[in-house]
Amino acid sequence: MTSAVANEHEQIASGELGSESHGSHSGHHSPHLAHHFDDMEQQFAAGKLGIWLFLITEILFFSGLFVAYAVYRSLHPEIFVYAHQYLDKSLGALNTVVLIFSSLTMAWAVRAAQLGQRRALVGLLATTLACASFFLGVKAVEYSHKWDDGILWAREFRTTAHQHHEAGEHHGESDHPGGHDHHGDHGHHDSASLRTLSIPAALALFGTLGLTAWGFGTGRRVWGVVGVCLVLSSLSYFVGVGVGQALPPLVSQWVSGGADPHGEGHEAASIESPGVTGEMLEHPLAAGLGTGIAEPVELPVEPAGVGIFFSIYYVMTGLHAIHILAGMGVIAWLLINSAGGMYGPNYFGPVDYVGLYWHLVDLVWIYLFPLLYLIH
Amino acid sequence: MIRNPPVNAPSALAEDPHGSGDNYLTHGRGVMSWLVTLDHKRIGVMYLVGILASYLLGGVIALLIRLELFFPEKVFLSEDKYNELFTLHGAIMTFLFIIPSIPASLGNFLLPVMLGAKDVAFPRMNLASFYLWVAGAIFFLLALVLGGLDTGWTFYTPYSTTTSSTVIAATIGVFILGFSSIFTGLNFIVTINTMRPSGMTWFRLPLFLWALYATSIIQVLATPVLGITVVLLTAEKLLGIGIFDPALGGDPVLYQHFFWFYSHPAVYIMILPAMGVISELIAVFSRKHIFGYRFIAYSSIAIALLGFLVWGHHMFTSGQSRLAAVIFSALTFSVSIPSGIKVFNWLATMYRGSIWLASPMCYALSFILLFGIGGLTGLFLGALATDVHLHDTYFVVAHFHYVMMGGTLIAFLGGLHYWWPKMFGRMYSEFWAKVGCAIIFVGFNLTFFPQFILGTRGMPRRYARYEPEFTWLHQMSTLGSLLLGLGLLVAAAVLVLSLVRGRRAPANPWGAATMEWRCSSPPPHHNFDVPPPVTDPYDYHLVVPNPAGEGYDFQDTVPTEIDLPREEPAAV
Repeated sequence: MTSAVANEHEQIASGELGSESHGSHSGHHSPHLAHHFDDMEQQFAAGKLGIWLFLITEILFFSGLFVAYAVYRSLHPEIFVYAHQYLDKSLGALNTVVLIFSSLTMAWAVRAAQLGQRRALVGLLATTLACASFFLGVKAVEYSHKWDDGILWAREFRTTAHQHHEAGEHHGESDHPGGHDHHGDHGHHDSASLRTLSIPAALALFGTLGLTAWGFGTGRRVWGVVGVCLVLSSLSYFVGVGVGQALPPLVSQWVSGGADPHGEGHEAASIESPGVTGEMLEHPLAAGLGTGIAEPVELPVEPAGVGIFFSIYYVMTGLHAIHILAGMGVIAWLLINSAGGMYGPNYFGPVDYVGLYWHLVDLVWIYLFPLLYLIH
Repeated sequence: MIRNPPVNAPSALAEDPHGSGDNYLTHGRGVMSWLVTLDHKRIGVMYLVGILASYLLGGVIALLIRLELFFPEKVFLSEDKYNELFTLHGAIMTFLFIIPSIPASLGNFLLPVMLGAKDVAFPRMNLASFYLWVAGAIFFLLALVLGGLDTGWTFYTPYSTTTSSTVIAATIGVFILGFSSIFTGLNFIVTINTMRPSGMTWFRLPLFLWALYATSIIQVLATPVLGITVVLLTAEKLLGIGIFDPALGGDPVLYQHFFWFYSHPAVYIMILPAMGVISELIAVFSRKHIFGYRFIAYSSIAIALLGFLVWGHHMFTSGQSRLAAVIFSALTFSVSIPSGIKVFNWLATMYRGSIWLASPMCYALSFILLFGIGGLTGLFLGALATDVHLHDTYFVVAHFHYVMMGGTLIAFLGGLHYWWPKMFGRMYSEFWAKVGCAIIFVGFNLTFFPQFILGTRGMPRRYARYEPEFTWLHQMSTLGSLLLGLGLLVAAAVLVLSLVRGRRAPANPWGAATMEWRCSSPPPHHNFDVPPPVTDPYDYHLVVPNPAGEGYDFQDTVPTEIDLPREEPAAV
């Protein structure tokens, strides 16, 4: 942050830019000033330093996992090259874009708080929440796909599990010409694990619908507005699930569409070309054969200990997802406070601090994406 | 940090010099006023109670261990039970007692008062830290009750990943305690950075605060790595992620790297605050300005930073490359230098000082000798050729007990005696306090010095049974431990009895010059109504004996030095 902006922050914090007056006691007691601080400036500086220190601890916390990644990749590069094909680059890229966008809305929200733009602040926080929900929806699709195919962490990794997997369960790929009734743009994936993963979002949706109804019903308009924002965020999870299922076949169609404009022949193309989306290669042993008796010649032999890649994958993305959830909780808390008008030019510290946290969560993902998804 | 300069107020912010009025102990009554307090002083006291209770538990277990070792064959413990006991002893002492000890109790109480501030930067986080400590303690108690935890406090893989599931209860406890530690460190850093009074530049901080600051840096940087280590260990046990399991492509030695990357800096978390206490005690009880203030301050930071580079010296026999071993050994030698610098500065402070052998000073002098022995024996372990013979023997056990117990615990007791009048407004019996110190000193050496000899003669650590040739040394050690326990009980009794029978303490019984001695004993709820003047914390010309014999008074009714605050850019 430039010193000019920092100075501006301090001026805003100490009320020199804002028009709002301080509290009524001897002119130097904002209602938000904690009693052990001398002034708002000191409080803000303390909060900033505090959140930066916390972010440093978060970096150290993740660092162990990055070290494990580095150690194992240097010892077993072949595992990493082989296993990462199971990850869908398009979904990963989509999630990356969504998170970066959410960082934009979060930073913008901080600005809105500084300028006292309450409605913009609420809307931007809600958008950030929605982006986070969307991210989790896509992640749920990724996770459930893998779980259904037995692609778990090391001890539970079952490469043969997806041999029993009917070709019709996944979308877009088929070794039977003519397609299936499950075959569709949406590719509705009848997956028990996906349903289970979506239970929290469903509960959130119902809860927030209830909150909205209660808020408007009892005349507590602020809670009604909060409820609407949270409902939209909860719905966003399901949008993420939908897009997560629809996108890969569209991408693979687009990628191989140059060779075969009609699309029906893409099944054949997908088997031969390992470079397309991960969804195609989810079932390397089953592709084209159905029973997995022999491995297709074009695909590399699965190296021993492949599961270790997925252990690292699940722990890293899982820990990251936990941090997304925690961030969502805090942003929701900010949203509730913002709807009540708590933040303005004289007091926007919490929005600022949560914004910093959210940027770190985004940054971690920006490292995770290429390290896990873009291995060559 | 631009702040209003202190008003020219009379310095007797010792508003109730006889302690009969309102202070932090009497301000608000009832259990709830303690349980949800935001007052750093009360939080410090609650921590003190919890920490000392943990010490008692860990100590009782230690006595059971020493009793079992009185004879080479079984006395009353099976091998498995013995293993569980030394595991619990180590885990409780390390995580529940010694890592929080000085920062959480004395640090929490004194840091804001030494800064003339009203509280730490984040009082609610402070209370959260305490309750996290309690939660961690509950998980450890759960592990104790469940039984079966016999991995050693280090939880090495592959045994920890394949043995009893009580490991999970313990590692959850460790994870929670880690956050307690992180939040305390974070709070201290922000407080010292942003809440210093005007005029108190970095080099006018008391050295105890420099020590706490360096400790906090380590807490913030190292503890998260412990957190992820136990997360991975738990995931390995529960899910089988395979990261430490060779059958699944993992590596058990990787666990050791992760574990020691935290646990080595952790030992500096243990010793740095202790050294800070000693700096205060030596100066006051030599009645002489601390010698080499900047050297001591910088050496604290140097130890904190260098301490991150030496973890491999715990793993010399784990199969690391010779190059790595040589580098770790060289760095280990380098980290001993700042500690040596401190010892020389303390001795130089004492030289031609006016030594007052009050009980805190007895502890401080014990520290210098015992930490000296402990630190020097660490060099034998840091040298590759000797470590190969001494690793996992009683030599290691003796070494770390000399530094942790002869070092940190002795300094903790010294600090506790020194600040006890301030914290509770009572003087204790000087005679019996010195008796306690003497018994502790003799008992400690009798317990642990024989263990150096046991180690060099080949007695392995963590063994319930041993060859008869080691018997007489073990018996000496066990008798020593009983004497040590007695001494600790005497010290505890001295302090506790003072609460009911002690003479009321004046504001400044010892004639110190740091800011906490300007307020009453015990301090009022807000610490100071008016910010006290900022002066050199080791200038003893400022304090003169009180004519009525009530300790010492600060001479400066008018602040002797007020600088314009040196401007620090606001934090990013």
